[in-house]
Amino acid sequence: MADIVLRKVSKMFGDGTAVVRDVDLEIADGEFVILVGPSGCGKSTTLNMVAGLDDITSGDLLIGGERVNERAPRERDIAMVFQSYALYPHLTVAENIAFPLRLARLDKPSVAARVAEVAALLELESLLDRRPANLSGGQRQRVAMGRAIVRRPRAFLMDEPLSNLDAKLRVQMRAVVSRLQRRLGTTTVYVTHDQVEAMTLGDRVVVMRSGAVQQVAAPRELYERPVNLFVAGFIGSPAMNFLPGMAEEGRVRCPLGDLPMSAPLARDWDAAGRPARVVVGLRPEHFEDSRLVDDTARAPGAKFEAEAEMVESLGSDTYVHVGVEGDRVESAELAELNAEIGGAALDSNRNRLVTRLGGQSAARVGDRLRIWVDASRLYLFHPDTGARLGA
Amino acid sequence: MSDTAARWRWGLLDLAVLVFALTPVLWIASLSLKTPTTLGDGAFVPREWTLDNYRAIFRTDQFVQALVNSIGIALIATLVAVVLGALAAYAVARLDFPGRRLLVGVSLLVAMFPQVSLISPLFDIERRLGLFDTWPGLILPYITFALPLAIYTLSAFFRQIPWDLERAATMDGATPGQAFRRVIAPLAAPGLVTSAILVFIFCWNDFLFAVSLTSTERSRTVPVALSFFTGESQFEDPTGAISAAAVVITIPIIVFVLVFQRRIVAGLTSGAVKG
Repeated sequence: MADIVLRKVSKMFGDGTAVVRDVDLEIADGEFVILVGPSGCGKSTTLNMVAGLDDITSGDLLIGGERVNERAPRERDIAMVFQSYALYPHLTVAENIAFPLRLARLDKPSVAARVAEVAALLELESLLDRRPANLSGGQRQRVAMGRAIVRRPRAFLMDEPLSNLDAKLRVQMRAVVSRLQRRLGTTTVYVTHDQVEAMTLGDRVVVMRSGAVQQVAAPRELYERPVNLFVAGFIGSPAMNFLPGMAEEGRVRCPLGDLPMSAPLARDWDAAGRPARVVVGLRPEHFEDSRLVDDTARAPGAKFEAEAEMVESLGSDTYVHVGVEGDRVESAELAELNAEIGGAALDSNRNRLVTRLGGQSAARVGDRLRIWVDASRLYLFHPDTGARLGA
Repeated sequence: MSDTAARWRWGLLDLAVLVFALTPVLWIASLSLKTPTTLGDGAFVPREWTLDNYRAIFRTDQFVQALVNSIGIALIATLVAVVLGALAAYAVARLDFPGRRLLVGVSLLVAMFPQVSLISPLFDIERRLGLFDTWPGLILPYITFALPLAIYTLSAFFRQIPWDLERAATMDGATPGQAFRRVIAPLAAPGLVTSAILVFIFCWNDFLFAVSLTSTERSRTVPVALSFFTGESQFEDPTGAISAAAVVITIPIIVFVLVFQRRIVAGLTSGAVKG
């Protein structure tokens, strides 16, 4: 058991390009921390630097209070689970799990006992004599986990361990990983590009972009108080909607109409120097079909009309994609997010919003809908820096 | 229908190749089993069977000593070439070091070099160093020419092994040496065996070096010893004895390939990573 501290850790390639820049992170003993971000954001490189598989260009890495920058992976006493599982194909499941113990020259009876213990924990007893080629994806994944925990290392590193599993198995294994981590209480750093994994597994989530940490926070906090456009757009599914806006005293003009500013938001706007141009952020669940809204019950809001371009009815909710005329938000961070999600810009003068309406909404494709928006939940971002006002 | 037709066509083609390749071998085997009087009768199946030719060659020290030389020299050269080749191939496949391309290019050059042009200088060098007509005198040039072959075959095998396995071994607490010995080498075993066979056959079959760099039974190998076979008298042609010896030296190769055939073919890396 140990804490892991990164101080101004950077990774440069020979040609001077920085893959990871000045990452500061303190991971407490026993904590489950998720590194999340789009591909190429430096999350895997950061993990590899903690593992010792990649050299650290500058900065300090401390495990259990000791600086370990120059130590080989085997001297760091940490275990890693790979995306590809990386099981040794010439060894049986039992031999795979025993491999780290054999290297540590543990005597045979102890090895057998530890392997049996781990096999019981991961329900691998009946598979111990098989070779990896004869295992299913989920079984291989469990063997990889077993090989990591058998040594009782000071920390676990996991590099997208579930991304090769099919969707259903992934949900199951997510629960297994979570239970296991809580039970063992071992410090864990987990890399993923899947924000659902990030939100459900971690005590804290580190959002990275272009080699830099954007925000480190608990999942709830990350969702409710994102520090900038990137985090706001990355966390949440479907993603937050962004619209260009002009802020004035007490309200924001945007393609949806005039939205009233709540008192706390007005204070944040004030504190940020009252910028006129802003980016308005609205989460899909803060919209509602106006027919389902009781006007008196719901406080500050606004209504607008839009055409339903796509309707996804999930029973409990109805996702309605609507088009709204008006300028679109221009921002490098959003462009990057869009590229990652694959949702490229379609028209430059039309905004597409995703709204989550009640399951009873009768919206159909082509309908002109009246949609109510909860203005008390709106976010404002600085259009140049991308920072959330008040963050 | 077309399936059966295609199978017949391929079957006939295979048969033609097989007949072409095996007829001389069978012919020699047949000669080795004939008596001196029926040797020239041109019959494919001997009319009079005898094992005298085999008894004769094993009765002479000349052949037995040559066989010992051949086996010893080929085995040592193979072992050294495969071990060195494995280390070099691993470096070529996994590391990005300055001069990597140059190394590969130079080793290719060595493999392509016409061996006959090296014979006279090698002869002089070995005489001065006292290596002439010794085992090392043959082992060294064999390694030189076999190593590029080994590096090529092995680096292809190493490249197929997922790098994650090595990283996993490192994370599991292995030193680079342990990772190589306990994870990489076992997975490259089919490659190691394949290149060992190739190198062994190269050494076993060599005539040029063996005839030029040896002068006595001390280090003469079988292919050369065969050419020095003489009959009972100068009027007798030792065809039967030569044929018997040729059959004897073919047997180890056949055994070698048969034994390791399955390992060569088996894809051991399946199941290592997802897929």
